[in-house]
Amino acid sequence: MANPLYQKHIISISDLSREELELVVHTAAELKRHPRNDLLKDRVVASCFFEASTRTRLSFETAVQRLGGSVIGFADAGNTSLAKKGETLADSVRIITSYVDAYVMRHPRDGAARLAAECSTKPVINAGDGANQHPTQTLLDLFTLHETQGRLDGLKVAFVGDLKYGRTVHSLVQALSLFGCRFYFIAPPALALPDYLYEELDERHIEYSDHEDIEEVVPELDILYMTRVQKERFEETEFHQVKSRFVLTADTLAHARPNLRVLHPLPRVDEIEIGVDQTPYAYYFQQAENGVYARQALLALVLNETL
Amino acid sequence: MEHKLTVEALKDGTVIDHIPAGQGRRIAKLLRLSESGQRVYMGFNLPSQRSGKKDLIKVENILLSAEDANQLALYAPDATVNVIENFEVVAKHKLGVPESIAGVLVCPNSNCISHVEPVTSHFSVRSRHGEIRLKCKYCEKAYAKEVFTGLS
Ligand SMILES: [Zn+2]
Repeated sequence: MANPLYQKHIISISDLSREELELVVHTAAELKRHPRNDLLKDRVVASCFFEASTRTRLSFETAVQRLGGSVIGFADAGNTSLAKKGETLADSVRIITSYVDAYVMRHPRDGAARLAAECSTKPVINAGDGANQHPTQTLLDLFTLHETQGRLDGLKVAFVGDLKYGRTVHSLVQALSLFGCRFYFIAPPALALPDYLYEELDERHIEYSDHEDIEEVVPELDILYMTRVQKERFEETEFHQVKSRFVLTADTLAHARPNLRVLHPLPRVDEIEIGVDQTPYAYYFQQAENGVYARQALLALVLNETL
Repeated sequence: MEHKLTVEALKDGTVIDHIPAGQGRRIAKLLRLSESGQRVYMGFNLPSQRSGKKDLIKVENILLSAEDANQLALYAPDATVNVIENFEVVAKHKLGVPESIAGVLVCPNSNCISHVEPVTSHFSVRSRHGEIRLKCKYCEKAYAKEVFTGLS
């Protein structure tokens, strides 16, 4: 029987069921333990970045090559004739997807990936569409949570920083709510989680609480998920006040449980002090590495009927 | 005689009555009536016993389906839609909320791909605590119906 992701577009995390999320997580773990260089043999994957995102692009392209596939594409559409000739995105997608077996795309416009899927007969994988979705970030986060905790069900997860604009946080909260996790939200009022997400959590009867301070919740947590608070969102003096309250130091973690892991989608600026890197709780660099395994898992599942 | 409308007798067509005053133009646009090539009669600010003032639309030779009628529900939930054939009312549609609206509304999100590509806009309609929200198929953002200003 074909795996449920075979030949499927991966556009939005909300398109994936709990079972499909688990399948990706388990496949990523398997590929990390037992690397396979044959799963994309003789396959060509397009990696089309209409806006630059070096980390995501390198992670995808590494994933393709590790699995034995090859990559075509571009790192920034500004340098291509696509941008200069004024072709519609729809037409570009139709043509490029006719060359390849799968199409990975990053685009600055919200909804570009859904549009690409409508124009493509090959699977489209969204590598970020504007401020909308970035499903492979969520998949690598889920894989990392599972890897560090041995499960996804019922985890106690705190999110810190910019919970209003961070799509990483929104998607992960939505995905984890399928696993009955308990959430702690720690953000300045101006950057609180959007109302629609609170409503969704209420509808799903998910337990959560809001906090002003990281330290008070640390002893309860399995996962502390940090995000960057962007300076542009605040006035200068306000920013310094806010920043100091949402910076993680090694001292803050004094009463952490031994299984606690600190994650961050990176790049970090100064919301995690360097001192935290040496603690056994720091896991953000492994998290970034896991991006390659999660993307390998997704590509392998989308392009192979069975593994 | 001079204050009697000349359009009362409609042989075949549809009468949309009890539209809230001020919404008639929007509804004519929503249903693309002027592009239809048929005769359309619009009445604005007509006296209404129910609400003081109302708008009314009559269109010849177009028989609205129930799903067409549902498209009105967002802007004129209390409108009545009577379909007329050979001078007789053959159907009275009761308005329900449509499941989706395609090709009529413009996404309020200025960064949405639907503004720059040749695509049909598409919104799924959800009612939550009595409030209607429309979610764009492309950018996945949901908006209250009041947010929509432009019609494509
Ligand atoms: Zn939109």
